[in-house]
Amino acid sequence: MTMQTSVKTKKRGGMSLALAPYSAWSLLFILVPLIFVAYYAFTDDNFAFTTENITRFFTATSELKADDGTIGEVRTYLVIFMRSLKLAAISTLVCLLMGYPMAYIMARAKVRTQKTLVTLIMIPMWMNFLIRTYAWMTILQDTGILNGLLGLVGIDKIHIIGTETAVVIGMVYDYFPYMILPIYSILAKMDGKLLEAARDLGCNSVSVFKRVIFPLSLPGVISGITMVLIPSISTFYISQKLGNGKFFLIGDAIEGQYIANNLHFAAAIAFILMVILLACMALVKYLTARLVYGGE
Amino acid sequence: MKITSKLYTALIFIFLFAPILVLLVFSFNEAKSLSVFSGFSLKWYQELFHDENTLESVKNTLILAVAATVISTVMGTAAAVGIHKLKNRWYRMAVNTVTNIPMINPDIITGISMMLVFVFVGRLFGASTSLNFWTMLIAHVTFCLPYVIFQVLPKLQQMERDLTEAAMDLGCTPFRAFLKVTMPEILPGIITGAIMAFTLSLDDFVISYFTSGNDFQTLPIRIYGMTKKTVTPKMYALATIIFFVTLTLLLLNNFVESGEDKRWRELKKQRKIRLKRSEQS
Repeated sequence: MTMQTSVKTKKRGGMSLALAPYSAWSLLFILVPLIFVAYYAFTDDNFAFTTENITRFFTATSELKADDGTIGEVRTYLVIFMRSLKLAAISTLVCLLMGYPMAYIMARAKVRTQKTLVTLIMIPMWMNFLIRTYAWMTILQDTGILNGLLGLVGIDKIHIIGTETAVVIGMVYDYFPYMILPIYSILAKMDGKLLEAARDLGCNSVSVFKRVIFPLSLPGVISGITMVLIPSISTFYISQKLGNGKFFLIGDAIEGQYIANNLHFAAAIAFILMVILLACMALVKYLTARLVYGGE
Repeated sequence: MKITSKLYTALIFIFLFAPILVLLVFSFNEAKSLSVFSGFSLKWYQELFHDENTLESVKNTLILAVAATVISTVMGTAAAVGIHKLKNRWYRMAVNTVTNIPMINPDIITGISMMLVFVFVGRLFGASTSLNFWTMLIAHVTFCLPYVIFQVLPKLQQMERDLTEAAMDLGCTPFRAFLKVTMPEILPGIITGAIMAFTLSLDDFVISYFTSGNDFQTLPIRIYGMTKKTVTPKMYALATIIFFVTLTLLLLNNFVESGEDKRWRELKKQRKIRLKRSEQS
């Protein structure tokens, strides 16, 4: 008896020892940094408490020249934030509309083809993000390849670079695989018998999709949406390159404050972004729970 | 596949591969132009191999990636074993949640948050610049760890629990039992985790950007600097090389995984045969 207990305690001691370095590490370098974001956001340069950084985010104004030439005052960071939200939402929607059919096609292909397609979809992700974006810049330029090709077919040149469209193209390209893969993995696992049953019970192809396939694939759709939305809201660089620096996004604002060494204000923007993303994710989780798992 | 499906797939892949094709083709362009191809040449590759700053940053990137991979693989594997053995549900959930944070949080927030800690601690010690190789290494280990842990954990869960117990009953110390019994079973997960950590570390820009100092520049950070000015096809040559290196790693990983699948199928087959035999006798 005594021997057995001693072996057990020894084992348990050994195991918590295995987890100890990681526990300490994650405390120091995951949790403490997040607390520091809040700490910096609510303090000034002398680390005295202040809400000024947060207020500045909501009230700072700057002059904006409208298209008709009139100059108006706008709330700088709110405008930037709404723009980030808008472009990220458009990109996510485009990813979903383009990605869902692709995921569907992949899931219905032969197993071998499926594997090849998944690998092919992932390959662009292994090209450095900065270079990918830069390559799009050279494609979309006024004298770039796209306009060259259009010229060959006899279509007038289009001006894309430096517009919001270019920024959206960049975002869609960079995060597209994150939309396809979760949807695909749900669709691929779907039980074919369910579809047969629906058909036997008199559904045509459209209603099979509407009533069976799509509702069952919702968890994949939702995780795809979060995986595209979060990085595209917080991205920087894409808008600097493809938007010619005209469309400052929230990520660019954080980077700008970091370069200017305004760490407290940078932390405040990051803090607000984090709170809003957390709220979004809680909402998504709540909606998933209601719509998908507890529907009725 | 139907013809419309094929057409759609083709369009999607044109979209996905167009920029990569542009990079590959124009890295061999004779002229400096990035839109008109005037002739085949290897001169940008030659220039690349004479660019000492870039070579230096390649060396730095590799040093950092190897160090981050080794540390995160060892610590992450140990952590996975620890998490797997955790009895307390709450503690387990807490560890899981914390491990998920770096994967869910936007890179920019992970980067900024760590930078704030480093700067703060640096100031306590009165250092003028607190960002250097070590801060970058800490950051890279931190964002690689979850990927290692979530690769190793499922392999531990697939394993039969009794095996390590049996080894210990037969006189192994827990550590020896781990090395002799657990380790071979979870090795594929560890390798996949390590490869993921390595490629993530090689490719990371955002987190590195906020946690690096001036004295230690990695390749993505150098590329960022280069794209601020006008870019020559030299960078495309560099991108082409990196692309093929990561592609090789990816294929290697697939190879390991498919080997693993085969091993599983073999094991299952053998088990079935053995069962049949025991039934017959």
